[in-house]
Amino acid sequence: MSEPHMDTPEELDRMNARPIDEPAPTGADQILDQGVRDPDALLEVDHVTLRFGGVVALNDVSFSLRKGEIFGLIGPNGAGKTTCFNAMTGVYRPTSGAIRFQGQSIVGKKKHEITRGGIARTFQNVRLFPEMTALENVMVGADAHHKTSVISALFRLPRHWQEERSGRERSLELLEFVGIRRRAGDVSRNLSYGEQRRLEIARALATNPTLLCLDEPAAGFNPAEKAELLELIRRIRDTGVTVLLIEHDMRLVMGVTDRIVVLEFGKKIAEGTPAEVRDNPAVIAAYLGVPTDAA
Amino acid sequence: MSDTAVATEKPKTSFRGSGGVRGWFGRQPGWVRAVVALAAAALAFLLPYVGDIPLIGPQLITEGIDWPSALFNMSYYVLLALGLNVVVGYAGLLDLGYVGFFAVGAYGTAILTSKDSVLYSHTGWAWLAAVPVALAATMLAGLILGWPTLRLRGDYLAIVTLGFAEIIRIVATNTQTFRGDRGFTGIPHPPGTWNGKVIFGVTDAIPYFWLGLVVIIAVIFGVRNLDRSRVGRSWLAIREDEEAAEIMGVRTTKFKLWAFSIGAFIGGLGGVLFAGEQGFINSSTFVLQFSILVLAGVVMGGSGNMAGAILGGALISYIPDRLRGISVGGTDLYEYRFAMFGVVIIIIMILRPQGLIPSRRRAMELKDRAKEVAPL
Repeated sequence: MSEPHMDTPEELDRMNARPIDEPAPTGADQILDQGVRDPDALLEVDHVTLRFGGVVALNDVSFSLRKGEIFGLIGPNGAGKTTCFNAMTGVYRPTSGAIRFQGQSIVGKKKHEITRGGIARTFQNVRLFPEMTALENVMVGADAHHKTSVISALFRLPRHWQEERSGRERSLELLEFVGIRRRAGDVSRNLSYGEQRRLEIARALATNPTLLCLDEPAAGFNPAEKAELLELIRRIRDTGVTVLLIEHDMRLVMGVTDRIVVLEFGKKIAEGTPAEVRDNPAVIAAYLGVPTDAA
Repeated sequence: MSDTAVATEKPKTSFRGSGGVRGWFGRQPGWVRAVVALAAAALAFLLPYVGDIPLIGPQLITEGIDWPSALFNMSYYVLLALGLNVVVGYAGLLDLGYVGFFAVGAYGTAILTSKDSVLYSHTGWAWLAAVPVALAATMLAGLILGWPTLRLRGDYLAIVTLGFAEIIRIVATNTQTFRGDRGFTGIPHPPGTWNGKVIFGVTDAIPYFWLGLVVIIAVIFGVRNLDRSRVGRSWLAIREDEEAAEIMGVRTTKFKLWAFSIGAFIGGLGGVLFAGEQGFINSSTFVLQFSILVLAGVVMGGSGNMAGAILGGALISYIPDRLRGISVGGTDLYEYRFAMFGVVIIIIMILRPQGLIPSRRRAMELKDRAKEVAPL
């Protein structure tokens, strides 16, 4: 079996984190606490705390995403960005707090249910199916909404043919969309690093998400590739998909996002437009390493 | 595996562009492939007469044993290898207790048909009537094994499945109902007459072999259809990265359970055929060694590839048999068959770790893993 490609301590701690009890009841007081609830909210992270044993990876974090925006989640290394992300996609279960997507709680839902519900993601370290072709990788994503049963696949019933054809067409369109259509028939391990990152995005888009979460999609990219990626992210938003972008490269995020939340040591330290966040002393301190109390 | 997905998009893909027999085969138009496959099937039906070929024929078959019976044995080993290949090769779930399903299929048939069965007064069915019930029971057994082991992988799963097969064997050995070593006698043969004669008799094993072959061909078609569909993609995704697969919307639980129960079903098919041919089964047939042997066949042939599984399954039955009657310095090699068989497997695994007819994907996975161990 392939090893999970995440930070090992996180992986280990996840085992500890999972069984930890039910989410705390979210009463009206908590909602008041957050101010007026955003009626346009697509995804609400509501006072989420996540502990791994003694380590508090997320401490009472709240923010919400609006439909159709590009939302940045930034912070220095180890700030809890990926942890937050994993909580939103069902990989971790918050110790307390609620996460609502389109008004419905997604805490405790299975990962594949969350995906079919409309949240798709990519991984910080590329996690494609290495021996499948690029097209097959995307088709796995497209299969998320397919209903071909084992019986109809076994006997090649009409549904099988119909879904294979439509899934394949859609997958090829998506490969075209991210710009790697000519690699459709190549096994994904033979793709270049940049192509693999694009393929991951295409695979995530194939699940027909309302919200696409990109975990450091520009990691390891040169400036030209970063520019192309930003252009791709904008095009994705223009198709009506809300995008959540995790990055620690502030400059990159500033250029593309509508709103940003900044995390440090598992706490939210700032929220606002790129301009607001850029001038926030706490954020500057976090990035330059000045102790927050001195700032 | 990949042909459906990429065939029409690009004439030269990574799978078809390669040389060798399979590269050639993959590039042929559909009708050529169909003709070749039909010819191969026709030749397989003629296998009982291979001994009549001058010169090479007598070398292939084993002196002193009934060649058609040996062929029938091969056919159920091939079935088991095909079934185990679904579980191990496609879904990547290491199952060391596969004989358990073979046993459930065989015992299911025996219990419903044999006059020794406690149910005989109620049932005493014909073989054909017992088959669907026995197969349903094996699929259920697959689910029963699959459900609690869903969270397990690799070595841990292997140990649990091993225990599962042992439980079945020990229950069969120690309970009155399953009659232990005494076993069940008088299990009816498959039905059918030809020119007033019974097709499936006791003397001629050729019809059993042909029956086995028909079942094998049906299984090949079924598994191939599954492999080239959403189901096969899901299995492959689970094998390559289970968590990523689930995050991409694959219902991992469902497809793993399907892999188990389809594998069990095919193993059960082997079991009902076995019971129908032998007419007698007892608990000493279903030993652990059997599971290991079938797994060895799948790995030796090429895990994840049906042609490999078929070859491997046939060889694990053929090689020990073929050693019979060859005597070196006064000792019959048959007595050392498992030792020699072990040596053969070791040699094959050293020279061709990906198997005799490897799955290309599996071969690449293996290469990747080797690189991880010893980075250049």
